[in-house]
Amino acid sequence: MNWRRFWAVFVCRNREFLRDRSTLTWNLLFPVSLIAGFAFAFSGSGLDLYKVGVLGNTNHWQGSAFFSTRYIHFIPVTDRSIALSKVERHQLDMLIDPTGRRYWINDEAPKGYVLEQMLRGVDATTTPIFSKQTVSGRGIRYVDWVMPGVLAMNMMFGCLFGVGYVIVRYRKNGMLKRLKATPLTPLEFLAAQVTSRLWLTLATTIVVFAGTDQFIVFPMHGSYLDLFVVFATGAISLISLGLIVAARTTSEELAAGLLNLLSWPMTFLSGVWFSLEGVHPFLQQCAQLVPLTHIIDAARAIMMDGAGLGDISGHLLALMVMSLGFMAAGAWLFRWE
Amino acid sequence: MTALLETCRLVKHFHGVQAVDGIDLAIPPGCCFGLLGPNGAGKTTTVEMLEGIQKPTSGTVRYRGEPLGPRFRQDIGIMFQSTALQDHVTGRENLWMFGNFYPRALPVAELVETCALGEFLDRDTRKLSGGQRQRLLLAIALVNDPELLFLDEPTTGLDPQARRNFWELIHRIKARGKTVLLTTHYMEEAYHLCDEIAIMDHGRIIAQGTPRALLAAHFDDVVLQLPLADFPNPIPLSSHTVIQGRDTVEILTRDVNTAIEELLARNISLARLQIRPRTLEDLFLELTGRELRS
Ligand SMILES: Nc1ncnc2c1ncn2[C@@H]1O[C@H](COP(=O)(O)OP(=O)(O)O)[C@@H](O)[C@H]1O
Ligand SMILES: [Mg+2]
Repeated sequence: MNWRRFWAVFVCRNREFLRDRSTLTWNLLFPVSLIAGFAFAFSGSGLDLYKVGVLGNTNHWQGSAFFSTRYIHFIPVTDRSIALSKVERHQLDMLIDPTGRRYWINDEAPKGYVLEQMLRGVDATTTPIFSKQTVSGRGIRYVDWVMPGVLAMNMMFGCLFGVGYVIVRYRKNGMLKRLKATPLTPLEFLAAQVTSRLWLTLATTIVVFAGTDQFIVFPMHGSYLDLFVVFATGAISLISLGLIVAARTTSEELAAGLLNLLSWPMTFLSGVWFSLEGVHPFLQQCAQLVPLTHIIDAARAIMMDGAGLGDISGHLLALMVMSLGFMAAGAWLFRWE
Repeated sequence: MTALLETCRLVKHFHGVQAVDGIDLAIPPGCCFGLLGPNGAGKTTTVEMLEGIQKPTSGTVRYRGEPLGPRFRQDIGIMFQSTALQDHVTGRENLWMFGNFYPRALPVAELVETCALGEFLDRDTRKLSGGQRQRLLLAIALVNDPELLFLDEPTTGLDPQARRNFWELIHRIKARGKTVLLTTHYMEEAYHLCDEIAIMDHGRIIAQGTPRALLAAHFDDVVLQLPLADFPNPIPLSSHTVIQGRDTVEILTRDVNTAIEELLARNISLARLQIRPRTLEDLFLELTGRELRS
């Protein structure tokens, strides 16, 4: 390993990335707007979980406490048959006729069933069997829960495409061939690509985190340093995965296809958007093979439960083992042409 | 004199295509050697095997009598037929990067001077004209002050002015005693620049020597050119080879005086007569029965 050659490639790769304004903007704007979008969509009264059509005059609504339930959007309707077909198509979860004291639901619709239970329960006169208890501690908003996932997902796209796709582009346009004709070794070249992408990814992730934290104020019960360690280890594993795709592929289309093939199932399995609690055990096993799962689980544990490095050592170990495996495979498979 | 670069029975197949079909070359130090041939002749495949970029199917390449090794990689400069440079990076930064790959690099100022990079050195490489790009790629090939320089069709796609400027640069490099291996499909370029040429077709060398010696060995005649419009129909010359082109007539003759007398005797105007020597284009046609550029 000749450090002068490594440094030369590293510096030029950084320049290319930092001067490519559109990619740089995208790398920052995409996660920021996603997080901001979630914060907005799931804040305050903006969130309605159910849609209920109400037939007839609004004055009749006063009769039942059901109509003041939060998170239900009550929509006045006039034409019963149109409204009923909407119930059939899941556009409305329930249709209610206060005057006739009747309601309709679609027996196939889970939301309809839940509404029905509520409608019956709210107006029950019997003493409740269960007494209500409140969850102690600060409630976790959806945006708090989803934010580590969005950051990790953004990192995944940056790492996979920033290494996988870029090296394939260099190969296709002949740049790798030109480099092959110099004393530069594959190890020096790959190390420079990985290092450059690693620090750039971590820097953009920090900027996005700090920037959105100004407005949304995420809970942070653990240490920022631990969180950084998780993201750094995670980025290395994702970059290494990108190296495997880049090792031999000669067409940009194929590279993009392979990278999408990797990133979308990873996004699903790692639980960026929703918890995998309760899905088929086989899928949960698969999720353990995905680096993104370990990054997100570890980051959530640190931020929301105040976990320390010891608590998440299993995740870190998994990430390190994957990184070593991917990197060895990528370097072994790599060809200049 | 021992050759700097030498090949023995060099062969390259690509899935049934015999791209290079047994080539023996010996390039002496300080020589500007030209590989000449039409598109698809196998020039690029041959030079890339000489550069150590492609592995021969069979045969050997030797540099200073030894197989290609790390020493070779440090001693050579390459300009490929097509090369992309990194986006968003200037010429100066490219020279800096490539310079750092070698134990010893020429100062940027010297490269700028040699390759006339002055006015666009600090411009993003995507914003260069064809000629400027080729000059920058040449400068990159020269960054380690190579003993042996490979240029694969360096002037293809350039306009005539840019091509002549480029020839000037190659003359300067030759003057510094460097060995140059150049491929081209422009006969004029080979004639102008090369001390020795090898004409390739279908992966084989069909003729080799200095341009003058090759022409002298194959031709002892000259060409008289006249516009077709100046001839009555049909063309009434019998004692010489006459080639009728689309709008010119070429008369091949060893005896210019007799040919001209014969033309005068038939009242053909000589006002637009041109006499030219035989060229490498003619030689290619003679050897293969095909035009070089079709
Ligand atoms: N990588 C390749 N795979 C398959 N065929 C190739 C490859 N490279 C070159 N060829 C074929 O080999 C022949 C010689 O090509 P090339 O060396 O590029 O010729 P030139 O440089 O003289 O135009 C051509 O028929 C070309 O199609
Ligand atoms: Mg070629």
